Amino acid sequence: MNKRIIPVLLLKDNVLYKTEKFKKPKYIGDPINAVKIFSEKESDEITFLDIDASKKNKEPNYNFIKDISSEAFMPFSYGGGIKNLFQAEKILNSGCEKLIINNSFLKNSDLARTLIKEFGSSTVVCCVDIKKNFFGTYKIFSHVKKRIISESFDEFLVRCADIGFGEVIIQSVDNDGMRNGYDLNLVERARKHLSCQLVSLGGAGQISDLKKIIKVGADAAAAGSFFSFHGKYKAVLISYPTYNEIKQISS
Amino acid sequence: MNVTIVDYKVGNIGSLISMLSRLNIKAKASSDSDYILDSSAIILPGVGAYDRAMNSLKKLNLIKVLNECVYDKNIPILGICLGAQILGKSSEEGDEKGLGFIDMDVIKFQNKKLSIPHMGWNYVKPTRKSKIFKNLDSERRFYFVHSYYFKPKDKNNIESFSNYGDDFVSAVSKNNVYGVQFHPEKSHRFGLQLLKDFFYE
Repeated sequence: MNKRIIPVLLLKDNVLYKTEKFKKPKYIGDPINAVKIFSEKESDEITFLDIDASKKNKEPNYNFIKDISSEAFMPFSYGGGIKNLFQAEKILNSGCEKLIINNSFLKNSDLARTLIKEFGSSTVVCCVDIKKNFFGTYKIFSHVKKRIISESFDEFLVRCADIGFGEVIIQSVDNDGMRNGYDLNLVERARKHLSCQLVSLGGAGQISDLKKIIKVGADAAAAGSFFSFHGKYKAVLISYPTYNEIKQISS
Repeated sequence: MNVTIVDYKVGNIGSLISMLSRLNIKAKASSDSDYILDSSAIILPGVGAYDRAMNSLKKLNLIKVLNECVYDKNIPILGICLGAQILGKSSEEGDEKGLGFIDMDVIKFQNKKLSIPHMGWNYVKPTRKSKIFKNLDSERRFYFVHSYYFKPKDKNNIESFSNYGDDFVSAVSKNNVYGVQFHPEKSHRFGLQLLKDFFYE
């Protein structure tokens, strides 16, 4: 079985952007068009994260999720501003396979627990953003508060394991958009606590990066810039590895 | 063709409808017993927990309806993921009894070395040239996401195996009842072909 290679697309007001270290959002294009391309390229999955929804307290756009889903012939995950069971149900009914929560789980485990009980652990994904502090220690970063929070990385991982997520996405804020490779230590640390599906995000710049992160224990390699930009001037060009490349990444 | 997707509030119906529309099949999601009994084929989707699925079918009075579809009307039925697991008799995941169309239990992956759930694209090795696999010759890969798998009592009900640490049964059938552990509606052209063959072969 091959490991999963997952394009992650960031939304702001229903169009695509790509950030660097969670800053400098650069316009990429139309999300529906991007989904069509990834669908044609037979991507393993696709993930959408609305990076504004929690910050601006926005309701998920269900019609938009429906539009994406009707073009996605692979599993599609959505994250951004999910605050309650009612919204989660509407998102799933709009044709999305997996719910990603981030901000709500930084506050407490209530929503995660409810969603897992209702939809099963395979449907609920935790995405956590990690930033190194001044001393190089991994810390949990809140994109809403725009700062590090007090809970330690290890405590957070224990909480993830206890609650029983089917999948956890570990995103490196420092490596976001830098295309210099994943933070390998981050995944190794997370693996010590988690037996669920572990996804690494942040930093992929070439195929060999994907291979490296799989080697250290990730179940899936996710990336944004790597699948959206081409060359050092970052021309927008949607790409995805061929099936043979994916086989090699996993081997 | 008059395809009904059983709408029992468990699972992702939107993606099934859009995959079927690519086959020019206008499928309707419904929990109405008359409508279901009048179908030329039925899809039983399902995501989530076993007991929740069975309780939901119970609440909507659909257990008797589905029995009538299978035993009296012989309508082809395709269960997907949890919708396939409940075709069996029981599951380690819950206490409720399944529909019992296929003599099987559903059990949990136990291999401690593997990440659970089993999630991603995996190969399927058919045990025979049955209608759902006959036109998928070389590449047979599908998207899986599950922590429990089928354990049929009668090996004649086994349609295919897949491997996750060990071989496990990934598709089952008995007469007109089919169950697939993977998600054809989310498996690109491979899933499209399988669904096409289920409806037209």
